[in-house]
Amino acid sequence: MEQFAALLDALVYTTSRNAKLRLLADYLRDTPDPDRGWALAALTDGLNFPAVKASTVRALMQERVDPVLWTLSRDFVGDTAETASLLWPEPSGIDVTPPAPSMAEAVELLGQMTRTTAPRELARLLDRLDASGRYALIKLATGGMRAGVSARLAKTAFAQAFAVPVELVEEYWHALAPPYGPLFAWAADGANPPDTQAMPLFRPFMLAHPLDDTVVDLGHFAAEWKWDGIRVQLAHVGGETRAYSRSGDDISATFPEMIAALQVPCVIDGELLVRGSHQGGETGGAASFNALQQRLGRKVVSKAMLADYPAFVRLYDVLMLGGVDLRELPWSARRAKLEGLMARLPASHFDLSQVLEADTFDDLATIRAGARDEAIEGLMLKRRDSPYIAGRRVGLWYKWKRDPLLVDCVLMYAQRGSGKRSSFYSDYTFGCWNGDPDQGGDLLPVGKAYSGFTDEELKLIDRHVRQHTVNRFGPVRETDRSLVFEVAFDSVHESKRHKSGLAMRFPRIHRVRWDKPAHEADRIETLRALVRD
Amino acid sequence: MAADFSWIRPAPHGIHVVPADAWIDPSRAVERALVTHGHADHARGGHGATIATSETLAIMQLRYATSAGAQPVAYGETIRLAGGVTATFIPAGHVLGSAQILLEHAGERVVITGDYKRRHDPTCPPFVVTPCDIFITEATFGLPLFRHPPIADELAKIEARLGSEPERCVLVGAYALGKAQRVIAELRAAGHHAPIYLHGAMERMCRLYEDWGVSLGDLRLVTDATKDELRGHIVVCPPAALNDRWSRRLPDPVTAMASGWMRVRQRARQRNVELPLIISDHADWDELTTTVLEVNPAETWITHGREEALLRWHQLNQRRARALALVGYEDEDD
Repeated sequence: MEQFAALLDALVYTTSRNAKLRLLADYLRDTPDPDRGWALAALTDGLNFPAVKASTVRALMQERVDPVLWTLSRDFVGDTAETASLLWPEPSGIDVTPPAPSMAEAVELLGQMTRTTAPRELARLLDRLDASGRYALIKLATGGMRAGVSARLAKTAFAQAFAVPVELVEEYWHALAPPYGPLFAWAADGANPPDTQAMPLFRPFMLAHPLDDTVVDLGHFAAEWKWDGIRVQLAHVGGETRAYSRSGDDISATFPEMIAALQVPCVIDGELLVRGSHQGGETGGAASFNALQQRLGRKVVSKAMLADYPAFVRLYDVLMLGGVDLRELPWSARRAKLEGLMARLPASHFDLSQVLEADTFDDLATIRAGARDEAIEGLMLKRRDSPYIAGRRVGLWYKWKRDPLLVDCVLMYAQRGSGKRSSFYSDYTFGCWNGDPDQGGDLLPVGKAYSGFTDEELKLIDRHVRQHTVNRFGPVRETDRSLVFEVAFDSVHESKRHKSGLAMRFPRIHRVRWDKPAHEADRIETLRALVRD
Repeated sequence: MAADFSWIRPAPHGIHVVPADAWIDPSRAVERALVTHGHADHARGGHGATIATSETLAIMQLRYATSAGAQPVAYGETIRLAGGVTATFIPAGHVLGSAQILLEHAGERVVITGDYKRRHDPTCPPFVVTPCDIFITEATFGLPLFRHPPIADELAKIEARLGSEPERCVLVGAYALGKAQRVIAELRAAGHHAPIYLHGAMERMCRLYEDWGVSLGDLRLVTDATKDELRGHIVVCPPAALNDRWSRRLPDPVTAMASGWMRVRQRARQRNVELPLIISDHADWDELTTTVLEVNPAETWITHGREEALLRWHQLNQRRARALALVGYEDEDD
């Protein structure tokens, strides 16, 4: 528990991703089983102790600290677990403090607690720990570590710690429950990996590289649209169906109609979209990403949601069919299997992402340039002989995104970055003119970006911000609105969240227009004309 | 009870000693000021006469470049003010020269702590408990969650970091008056004899401490050092410089901050601190409450800080207390 508490503290105070990876990898290598497995589960929200709630902790504190002092302290700290860890009275009158529990012991005791025993048992555990340990224990018990560790980061750290491929870590991870003994046995001691074939598990996605200036031979590559939904994997194995997002999160509960629709034993890869008038396409239209967003992140889906935003999957690939792993086959062979499979899937919920016909690369460029639909992000190019390989492998799959949209915006606010950028103003909020700037029109914020510029440009923008500050709000500076950015973005949508009523997708600084006077930047109307909802 | 003490009046900009027409730590220029210590929120320039310890006057002269009207007092010395009031300066243990002020008038005793702590500090004499009728105390860390750990434990974290990441330096943000010198003196006492590098803004105050007999060992300026020379060493700077452009010249610094606020994780995160060091020159909750019990005054007045919780503690312990709404004292960097 003490090592875990130290790890948690170190993670909290570390902003750099690489430093977090190092901390995690060191911990996973140096900590014995099963403690490291429990720690991994705790950091990725893989543990649940229903008998211990935040209210249990509050009740314990009410018995030990004056309620007024508790409230004043809790308000100052802003976190119940941390306040409790700091205010917990150190046990007195005990000659020999019992040793701090190990991670495994803490998990076991927490798991055994009931609503009735939790207050007494939790108090006993807290008495055996120092302030850091108490914080870690309460976070472990009640969830929400707030240590800035995503599941992906944890898996990457695991792969780094034992020098194993992260794709395999991901595949086996989903087959196992905490504390992941066989995963460590495989990675650390070379034991056989768990058998994943017969389970409805997540299989890591094959991903694409940006095409950039590469020109490919269409004799070797097939082209498809790159649809603008969310990449999804559906698995029907062993009589069960699951849906997984790109990061491997189980999103079955969010899309129950897709779970019901897939009854053929297979693992398939496609783009999840909702029906709409936008993309005419083949067997039915898709709405823009904005419509799909209504469906994302919901644990409970209402009937109205299902009716208003019906989901379907446009299929790209098939990974397994009837219990046979097809991932080693070339793309063309898998594609044939996928086309054969379509007849067995309900057309109401599945269609096929069409292969685009083009004789030459130039023809393809023309097709891409003509794509104006919101449900299309660009083109995919897939090597016809490529196996399905987890992750990004050079030369197999390329994405060729649509050219970004561009507007000229004026820098309004800048905020200091974190980690390496902590001394630089590197996060920018920019606006467009609402009305004619020469007739009293004002700027309205339209977006925020923190990428797209070089380190050299960052230094210059940072200097500009410092020299043109007119106001400070904590870490934010308001500037005198004299610098123009050419901002690139993928699309723009109506949004009630912003005063301008518009929200950009993937905005980034395309060029710094040192030469352009601020009043020549674009108006809100220009941006609004690009909305295609 | 309090009505008997009409000769001492808290006002928004300081405590007025009426018969002597003198002010304690006034936040604006007055004819006659008694100053507890040299921090800018207590010691302002421009008074007609300034009565303080010699150390505090030296610090004020360094900061305001004038010593007009300076009247030095030694610790333990009692001076006579107008109107039958006497004042005695008693060590407060906060920073070099810091004093509590004992005021006596017609047999009534009032102690004003200024800022204080009860821990050992190699740079100044320790706090002396002084019985009184009214105890006017600070409450910067007046919440029960503030418990400062032993300073040795915190400094050991610096040494551990230098050991585990010798290619980096540890950049310690510390208040330029008091905290910085205490941290350096404690590091020396713990056997750290390597050069310690200073931000330019620290240099003169460190010199002043050395002139007053606090030896700080081998101090060098960051401006005179190369990046490689700084690797594996401790650099001390004012808190404001931690995330400033200035720090770009350092070799991948581990950002540390020496402050009582570092007890709270989010406070450390807000300042991008990688290595929080819970080191304060103020009394923590246990010191505040223990001191009230030891001084055992008839009434406590609380000047600044988190006075609500300390008031509540007095109520729970059946003690009389009131909060004075003084303006201008807040030590976000301590």
